[in-house]
Amino acid sequence: MSRYIKYKNARLLDPASGMDMMGEIMTQDGKIAEVDEHIDAPSDAEVIDCMGKCLCPGLIDMRVFVGIPGADYKDTIENTGEAAAAGGITTVCVQPVTDPIIDDMARVEFMENRAKKAIVNFISFPAITKQLEGREMTEIGLMCKAGTKAFTDGNKSVANPALMSKVLKYSSMFDALIIQHLAVPELSENGCMNAGALATRLGLPGIPTSAETIMLERDIRLLKSTPARYHAAQVTCQDSIDVLHAAKRDKMSVTAGVAVSHFSLNEYAIEEYRTFTKISPPLRSEDDRVAVLEGLKDGTIDVIVSSHDPEDPESKRVPYELAESGVIGLETMMTISLELYHNKTMPLLDILAKMTCNPARILGLASGTLKVDAPADLCIFDTDVPYKIDPEKMVSLTKNTPFDGRPVQGRVLRTIVGGKTVFEYK
Amino acid sequence: MSEAENTANLLFPHQHLLGIEGLKEQDINCILDLADKYVEQNRKTNKKTDILTGLTQINLFFENSTRTRMSFELAGKRLGADVINMSSSGSSIKKGETLLDTASTLNAMQPDLLVVRHGSSGAVKLLSRKVNCAVLNAGDGKHEHPTQALLDALTIRRRKGRIAQLTIAICGDVLHSRVARSNIHLLNIMGARVRVIGPSTLVPANLTELGAEVYHDMREGLKGCDVVMMLRLQTERMHGGYFPTISEYFSLYGLDYDKLSVAKEDAMIMHPGPMNRGVEIDAAVADDLTRSAIQEQVEMGVAVRMACLDLLTREKRGGNAQVRGGAQVAHPSNKKMGM
Repeated sequence: MSRYIKYKNARLLDPASGMDMMGEIMTQDGKIAEVDEHIDAPSDAEVIDCMGKCLCPGLIDMRVFVGIPGADYKDTIENTGEAAAAGGITTVCVQPVTDPIIDDMARVEFMENRAKKAIVNFISFPAITKQLEGREMTEIGLMCKAGTKAFTDGNKSVANPALMSKVLKYSSMFDALIIQHLAVPELSENGCMNAGALATRLGLPGIPTSAETIMLERDIRLLKSTPARYHAAQVTCQDSIDVLHAAKRDKMSVTAGVAVSHFSLNEYAIEEYRTFTKISPPLRSEDDRVAVLEGLKDGTIDVIVSSHDPEDPESKRVPYELAESGVIGLETMMTISLELYHNKTMPLLDILAKMTCNPARILGLASGTLKVDAPADLCIFDTDVPYKIDPEKMVSLTKNTPFDGRPVQGRVLRTIVGGKTVFEYK
Repeated sequence: MSEAENTANLLFPHQHLLGIEGLKEQDINCILDLADKYVEQNRKTNKKTDILTGLTQINLFFENSTRTRMSFELAGKRLGADVINMSSSGSSIKKGETLLDTASTLNAMQPDLLVVRHGSSGAVKLLSRKVNCAVLNAGDGKHEHPTQALLDALTIRRRKGRIAQLTIAICGDVLHSRVARSNIHLLNIMGARVRVIGPSTLVPANLTELGAEVYHDMREGLKGCDVVMMLRLQTERMHGGYFPTISEYFSLYGLDYDKLSVAKEDAMIMHPGPMNRGVEIDAAVADDLTRSAIQEQVEMGVAVRMACLDLLTREKRGGNAQVRGGAQVAHPSNKKMGM
């Protein structure tokens, strides 16, 4: 017997179709069955009153690091799932940077099995190169045949141009997406923050924006002779935006993402060596932050990611240079992104598109939309409620958020995965 | 009015000395004025006072040091403190204990002063948040080395009579130098005109934002200078080639009489030590007692550190009122000893 749930009195927001109207949505057995102003639901349907709040497709986060396997003191699959649900995220794309590294079919299967325990959808992104060493390609073909959609070396670049060229050629046979972390190793490996006057003052080794842009330019040059599906995981500066803009104008198959931190914080967030601001690529100058916002607005940047990367206190309570990179972000991605709506940088639907239909399109997922027959992955949220971010109230096991104490507006109220409520704000 | 009474009123409104950035002109003058008094004391046969009697000073050096550690040790001992040295070799630091665990272990031993040197920028600040006592930064990574800047300032003030309006060049490996950063801050606060000179790989252009004029031609930069501060080339902090060879570096940026001739006739030469003769400074220039203040810097170092240790413990020792009228009655433990 089918199970129906009707969500009434909702502001329905579907970036895929541009819909923004008051109405109702009904799910049937984990799929969206009907979307309309008024729905005559079967008498046994459960009815949830959204009290006039927003309802959008559940968010898809293309960049999430997990502690399982190998570092369960940082988090667990279950905990990642709960934190994602608390942030309105219904699909997380897991980076292969684990111990062992996810770089073959057996490990992808292991990951998928473990992920069944989680309350949201997990997609495993296996490594491009074996052991993330940048020397040999992984079994891209076999993994694609088994359903893998995208490959990445996580927080490492495929630095060798000859190898990258082969990866692009080879992966194009399977229509696989290659996701590149942009950092020329020789320009970035000794650095720990943005290169510039602030780094000079703090006495910290800097990473120039050219470390990112050179890698992006090189890859785009390779793509000109080898058409393949390519996604720049995170762009953080004006120069990269310019390069991407030109590539898109040339109709190249290039997409790009940005982490919430990079459009909401600049390098000055480091203050007195706050290690919770240490990320890769580093927080950039204010000019670059504004350029990234422009890139989001004009569509040069397709996707917003959390770049969620839990780090335990032992990895962060050390001097800045020695601290691990990474911030948590699952629970703040929606809320911080809503700042762009409140300060009138972007319309609400455009912001939501970067976290729903755009990643779904890039990854070939059926979710990320409110279309009939799409998975019933939904997020109900309030755009206006004001409060301060409090790490102690977060679900994530580690609390390494750079947004501690930030005044924000907007909160996720309910998250639904496959028709089932997995999070409810109380 | 005796000298002791003059300096007894000095106020230093900071719990720690972590850097020069953030200090005010009066804070710096306060330290230098008191240090002047200690210079005199240190030249007497009996160099010892007992104002820090009963207090414990721990010198915690995560990075090797001889002169700075000895200078702090002498300073503490001359003021009567119990001084303990802890360095990284052979200690729990080597055994993998974290910085903050070391900090809380030491804190539990109730020290009154922690003098800390660490190889990472910001490490001393991090440690200061976890302890209850006064923390003195004896050098953190490439960030700050405040007592070096203060001793340089004292040396300049005693030779030139002032710091304001002097033209002071800092030469060499500014990129890797905490001494340079502390000096740029201090000299700016005191109203000097600061130049930095060196190859563009070691003297980043954005130093202008810290208040320094940037020169890559040494003769240009030295023109009309009152003070020439040389820096040690910190090859141990360098990854990869910042310049082709030592001989090219010396030829372009080594201080010799020829380059020095464009500075003011009475320009003084300073170096924080240890010197690399024939690398950044010509031996003859370094040994020229009329020009070089390098030995004086070492002497001023002890006095400046005594002043810092004194000022940072004043509140603990019962405030300025009790210190006034002679240091002898300042601390309760002195009375116990029958004084």
